Amino acid sequence: MDVTNILILVFGLGVFAFYLGRARSLAIAKPLGGIRYLHSLPSYYGFHSALWCALPALLLLALWVVFDDPLINSIVADSVTGSQAAGDTASYNLLMNKISNVSAGILPRDGRDPEILAAADLMTRLQTLSRWALTALILTLSITGLAWGWSRTSQVFRARQVVENVVEKLLLGCACVAILTTLGIVLSVLFESIQFFRSVPIFDFVFGLEWSPQTAIREDQVGSSGSFGAVPLFVGTLLVSAVAMFVAVPVGLMSAIYLAEYASKATRSYAKPALEILAGIPTVVYGFFAALTVAPFLRDLGESFGLSVSSESALAAGGVMGVMIIPFISSLADDVITAVPQSMRDGSLAMGATKSETVRKVIIPAALPGIVSGIMLAISRAIGETMIVVMAAGMAANLTANPMESVTTVTVQIVTLLTGDQEFDSPKTLAAFALGLMLFTVTLLLNIFALQIVKKYREQYE
Amino acid sequence: MNNSMTNLEKIRKSLSRRNRAEGLFRWAGRVAIFLGLMAVVVLFVDIIGKGHGAFRIAYIELDIDYDPEKIGIENLSDPQQLAGADWQALPKAALNKQFPGVTSRGDKRSLYGLISNGAGYDLKDRLMANPLLLGDQERVWILTDDDIDTYYKSWLAGEPYAARLTDKQVEWIAELHEQGKIRLQFNANFFTRGDSREPEQAGIRGALMGSLFTLALTLILSFPVGVAAAIYLEEFAPKNGWTDFIEVNINNLAAVPSIIFGLLGLAIFINFFHVPRSVPIVGGLVLTLMTLPTIIISSRAAIKSVPPSIREAALGMGASKYQMVLHHVLPLAMPGMLTGAIIGMAQALGESAPLLMIGMVAFIVDIPGGFSDPATVLPVQIFLWADSPERAFIEKTSAAIMVLLSFLIVMNASAVWLRKRLERRW
Repeated sequence: MDVTNILILVFGLGVFAFYLGRARSLAIAKPLGGIRYLHSLPSYYGFHSALWCALPALLLLALWVVFDDPLINSIVADSVTGSQAAGDTASYNLLMNKISNVSAGILPRDGRDPEILAAADLMTRLQTLSRWALTALILTLSITGLAWGWSRTSQVFRARQVVENVVEKLLLGCACVAILTTLGIVLSVLFESIQFFRSVPIFDFVFGLEWSPQTAIREDQVGSSGSFGAVPLFVGTLLVSAVAMFVAVPVGLMSAIYLAEYASKATRSYAKPALEILAGIPTVVYGFFAALTVAPFLRDLGESFGLSVSSESALAAGGVMGVMIIPFISSLADDVITAVPQSMRDGSLAMGATKSETVRKVIIPAALPGIVSGIMLAISRAIGETMIVVMAAGMAANLTANPMESVTTVTVQIVTLLTGDQEFDSPKTLAAFALGLMLFTVTLLLNIFALQIVKKYREQYE
Repeated sequence: MNNSMTNLEKIRKSLSRRNRAEGLFRWAGRVAIFLGLMAVVVLFVDIIGKGHGAFRIAYIELDIDYDPEKIGIENLSDPQQLAGADWQALPKAALNKQFPGVTSRGDKRSLYGLISNGAGYDLKDRLMANPLLLGDQERVWILTDDDIDTYYKSWLAGEPYAARLTDKQVEWIAELHEQGKIRLQFNANFFTRGDSREPEQAGIRGALMGSLFTLALTLILSFPVGVAAAIYLEEFAPKNGWTDFIEVNINNLAAVPSIIFGLLGLAIFINFFHVPRSVPIVGGLVLTLMTLPTIIISSRAAIKSVPPSIREAALGMGASKYQMVLHHVLPLAMPGMLTGAIIGMAQALGESAPLLMIGMVAFIVDIPGGFSDPATVLPVQIFLWADSPERAFIEKTSAAIMVLLSFLIVMNASAVWLRKRLERRW
């Protein structure tokens, strides 16, 4: 049986176990004079049986699915010892591919090396064996579990406590998925980065001024080494983000101030959701807009002033990114501005200050920590934004601070290095993970710092 | 006294300047709002202006003669003959009949360039659906080539774009137009077909199905896990370091750039667990991890908004903590949780960066039929088309964006509706 069918089977058995357990508790309760003489409600006895029936079986199934293929593969690979035996990783992958294709009947058997044929047969045998063993084990396990859970049902058995304990563990497990995700990110990025830094020194990577990740296929090719100096990428990222902030901060902040302090309720009720539409538009749409509408427009505009603006300028990508970030800044700023106590406004106005003076000299200083942290969050978002720059910014790494020229960013390079099928051990792909590590670290620091400020600020007024 | 008078004068003098500053400040706010709203309007007008044309496409009316000899086929049930048949010969012959004056090779080539090179296969499908047509004649609207379609639309709009057409082709189209033999029809292919290198044959069905499978998996995985995590953190978690650690993790994950999740998927799911590339399973897993923080955070807010009196009443009546949560808190918090889930799904539907990492950018013609078929998703399809050099793909891309945006609008509107309709104020 395949995994889906086993899953359905276990589920069905679990439901069956629920009704069995419940029926047994009801049968026990009847001569006693009703279910109030039981320790727990009948459904808890049912759940108890069902948990015993399904949970161990599901755990086994999960482990089996994870370790099944690697185990079979290593046994099969070990069986190949003759002329076909694999030396390095690449030929190992090739060999395993060949064997599994022969075993699945995709490749014809005639004319193959007998060793490969034997390995393929071994693989087929092992796979059949594994499937049968799995089915048998799961069935035994769930039926034993069912019997055990069912047999424990009695008048004094504390089924509710047991069930609730298990459920709490399950809930805790779900909450820990977040930790596992973080761990997964850190491990995957760190692991590959360390491998990368073995071939390219970390100092050259962080401070190198030249980025051309093309490694040569032949030894004698020009520029065969490939250089991995990431400074042009960092500069490009900062340049695009700076342009974005230049657009987003004034517009976002001013609209937040206007909406919070000046606008009538009616204006607020339509302008706020309308601005928030910008936050819901997918980034790929912004990318298309930047590449096909804004960039040509800026190029033509520049030409009419006698400036040469690249059609992949940082200006176009950054400007559109800024538009994307406007609602982010405005809603964060709106929150902190409305959180400033009314008494501070009243005090300032009572002293004869105009409304704008109140905003500038009282409210903004009071809300400053929150605004700053909002801007920091926005910067971290701009740095990590991918689709807009992939579509509208350049590929070539130019070390320049001129926003009218084409620059490339960290995220663009990650995408270009990793799209498509690639070898996993070339420095070119590993470089993407090193860039990912940089990106993750910087955004994480920005976020932690920003959240810290918000936390401190909140305590101040609450 | 004298001193205070001068102060008053000072204030009076400065008053006009201060009022002017006040007015300027107010205007700056208005301009900012206006700029933001303008961005929304410009974006939508630009996309709709570019994309609305793609929902109609030019067809040419031709007299098709299903001559068995021309196709090179006698028996429609013989697969070998079907594979070897020259279907494109059918519309070519019809074009020759329509324009008998065309004789030179170059002219003939540009004549055949009028129609899509998939036109023959459309006729094949027609013939297979109705085998009696073999040997018969029929008047059929034939799909045009994308360059012809682009030109015809621009010509109808009064600004002909003939850069990729020969002069002869321009003449022929004018002639066909006079005879009423070329017209724009609803572009059904756009909604029923998968991707194609030929713009006129490309459709979004494959990407839509891919998005559907990916999102279904995301919802199935992220909603139960997210709600369970939220319940634990709000109702059961003890106040200790471990709980704090979980919370810090969730908050940080919500702000991690989406592309990092792509790296995670590539390194863990594909490289370590050997899940195949380009399939909705791995896409759904990555998007699950990405949307989980959103769902947890909004679910927690929904649980928090249930007043404590409900909990106390349930506990007071002798319910256990789980009964209290399951029977009272959860049903009351459900609308808020569903709203959060819809918003999370809308986010996942528009996401493309992490999917680029895990190979969902492949050029896939077949429409996926399950979770383990190679697929792409709608935003990635948009990305792929935006990269294509053909002019006709600009129109297609904008139209696909319109479809994507309408899905997002429907999802967000239903979230708002759900919140208004079901959420209780206490």
